[in-house]
Amino acid sequence: MLNKNIYLILIISLVFAISFWIGFNVNLLPAEASINAPIYDELFKILFIIGLIIFIGMTIAVIYSLFKFRKRNDQIGDGIALEGNLSLEIVWTIIPSIIVLLIGLYSYNIYDRMGGMKELNHNHEMMSSNTEKIWAGISQTSDNEIAINNLSIEVSAMQFAFLFNYPKGNFISGELHVPVDQKVSMKMESKDVIHAFWVPEFRIKQDIIPGQPTILNFTPTKVGKYPIICAELCGPYHGGMRASIIVEEESDYNEWFNKNKKPEVNL
Amino acid sequence: MTISIDPQKTKNQSLQPKGWLRYFSFSLDHKVIGIQYLVCGFLFYLIGGTLASAIRIELASPMSDFMPRDVYNQVLTLHGTIMIFLWIVPVVNGAFGNYLIPFYVGARDMAFPRLNAVAFWLIPPSGLMLVASYFVEGAAQAGWTAYPPLSITTPQSGQIIWILSVLLLGGSSIFGGINFIATIIKLRRPGLKLMQLPMYCWAMLGTSLLVVLSTPVLAGTLILLSFDIIANTGFFNPVLGGNVVVYQHLFWFYSHPAVYIMVLPAFGLVSEILPVHARKPLFGYTTMVFSIMGIVVLGLVVWAHHMFTSGTPPWMRLFFTIATAFIAVPTGIKFFNWVATLWGGKISINSAMLFSCGFIINFVFGGITGVALAQVPFDIHVHDTYFVVAHFHYIVYGGTVFIIFSSIYHWFPKVTGKMLNEKLGILHFIITFIGFNLCFAPQHWLGLNGMPRRVAEYDPQFQFVNQISSIGALLMAISTIPFLINVFLSVRKGKDAGDNPWNALTPEWLTSSPPPVENWEGEAPLVEEPYGYGKEISELK
Repeated sequence: MLNKNIYLILIISLVFAISFWIGFNVNLLPAEASINAPIYDELFKILFIIGLIIFIGMTIAVIYSLFKFRKRNDQIGDGIALEGNLSLEIVWTIIPSIIVLLIGLYSYNIYDRMGGMKELNHNHEMMSSNTEKIWAGISQTSDNEIAINNLSIEVSAMQFAFLFNYPKGNFISGELHVPVDQKVSMKMESKDVIHAFWVPEFRIKQDIIPGQPTILNFTPTKVGKYPIICAELCGPYHGGMRASIIVEEESDYNEWFNKNKKPEVNL
Repeated sequence: MTISIDPQKTKNQSLQPKGWLRYFSFSLDHKVIGIQYLVCGFLFYLIGGTLASAIRIELASPMSDFMPRDVYNQVLTLHGTIMIFLWIVPVVNGAFGNYLIPFYVGARDMAFPRLNAVAFWLIPPSGLMLVASYFVEGAAQAGWTAYPPLSITTPQSGQIIWILSVLLLGGSSIFGGINFIATIIKLRRPGLKLMQLPMYCWAMLGTSLLVVLSTPVLAGTLILLSFDIIANTGFFNPVLGGNVVVYQHLFWFYSHPAVYIMVLPAFGLVSEILPVHARKPLFGYTTMVFSIMGIVVLGLVVWAHHMFTSGTPPWMRLFFTIATAFIAVPTGIKFFNWVATLWGGKISINSAMLFSCGFIINFVFGGITGVALAQVPFDIHVHDTYFVVAHFHYIVYGGTVFIIFSSIYHWFPKVTGKMLNEKLGILHFIITFIGFNLCFAPQHWLGLNGMPRRVAEYDPQFQFVNQISSIGALLMAISTIPFLINVFLSVRKGKDAGDNPWNALTPEWLTSSPPPVENWEGEAPLVEEPYGYGKEISELK
């Protein structure tokens, strides 16, 4: 009996060790390029490790039973008439409940740190009415920290392109340029069908819906060029609906901005 | 409540064709209807599988070069619709439900035999209509979810035929659901208590409740959508002031429970198969029943987790995260119980057992990614990517389809009186298991790294992994060959099975194989312990 328990403990610790090793050493995710990304990857790592422990454990249990309890040729009759074990069943109801609850609370914490639970607000000084209903999105800025410096961009999506309107510069671009380490606030609306704005390196996605503006705020942290991908089936050329986001140093960004800036038309 | 043979019914049945012709007739025999469902579903599975192969051929190269882009969208729409509405739902509910439920409750047929036949005969025409819509003006191309405004703006005839066909299939499903509830509650043999029913009855009771509660919502939604398309109403059309997000809520109010309509019966079937081949009672019968009902209740209140990136406010995202994650608890209980059923048994390693164990491993994997996907911050990155595609194929193919095959190996001797060839069966399992995992496991990585779903073209950096996935799909296609050979050979020249080759205790085995028209020559047996393996009863046998 003691021997059996030692083997059990050995196997369980081995499963844990393997799961932790894989969880910390195997990277399945693309580069991290926004302040959301490391937070996301932290959650991913935890879920990955817990998932591995459960999956490897269950697989071992199934394969072990198939070998250990397989019917030998000389055997007749049935297995033991075991119909249940109340304490065991209580244990494997309570433990998963606790794990699931902890994961839920933890992901709430992650979501909060990503800015998901903040009041949705598009800090746009040109936004005409405050009564406009904003439907959804991820916000990293709360009401109090309205920063004029925030980069406000209006995104319109159509079959099969994204257009980025820079209201301060009075111009529209097909490429999204943003300065590194600064909050970007986007108000997005679709001209036709539902699209989605996804930057895998930023770990953010938000549908762009016709008739209902959505908000997406983010802060890029790494200079570079990343793909913007439409993630919602929008028609035959859905797979080709791409744009680029170019994260650059502030001086480079300002140069690009001033080059494209158009004078305001006074009516 | 005794069951007497209605002379009128006997007369009707004597007028019906005998032999193989009855499978093409408006038969009222639940066993014939069950086989009709199974064979019809399998034919549509072959069509859906061909479409899947076309998708994997297109995705073997990064460019859109195998078929026109709009045809690709039609193919993926038809693939999803056929696999869900014409293969998995009808087979796992209609086929096995019709065949087994009357045996399990000790009845001679379903509660409403004519409604039953109507429910089946709605399927072939609506399926053919759906496939044929390709030749009209192109089939529907807005995905099986048919989100407006895309479904309003794509060619109308395809979308309208799609709606009609799904409405008919939904109707068939509702008729079936009502019939199962009535049969399980009202047609039980005298003396048979609810808590003595085999687990598949409970699974079908839960499933049928979901069908009856949620399918009408889908029907109503699709009727409103068809008004938007043909009558220019504005329910979901933003140009006319409609709200596209409301459609998503209504659609997923059915289509999330639809996942449980596809997996709960499989949970029931595996609970029948494992005890027989492990020679052990089903572990934790009572907790199994409660966890099925727990899944039914929770399954109705989690739909918005499909909409975390669309128009949902933060509080709603939080509620649906917690509710969804909690489904893992009753589901987990069932999996622990199945492993405990294996533990200490005398397990026959045969095709039915292997497919069931493959199901446990695949489904645990899909369940784990499911709990991860329930977390809003996790989902925001991978929503609508190949990660989700991989997840739900682990649930519906790795889960339910594995159980469909397991069930075919298990009940084939009952239906035909012949055994299936074990060597071919094990070959079928090995190719299916390797092909399936090769096809779908790499897709998790694709989704995490930036490949959205429903695309015909992708970044060249994803080519290698996509090709691995396509090779897996090829293996899955090949795996049907040994299966089909096995079925055709065994029907003609299979080893005689006798009445009860597995020495099983559930009531369908306590009659001849194949069973007579009214199921038993004499009175239906009273089976108080369908899982009494290892007890004296089994020695008496």
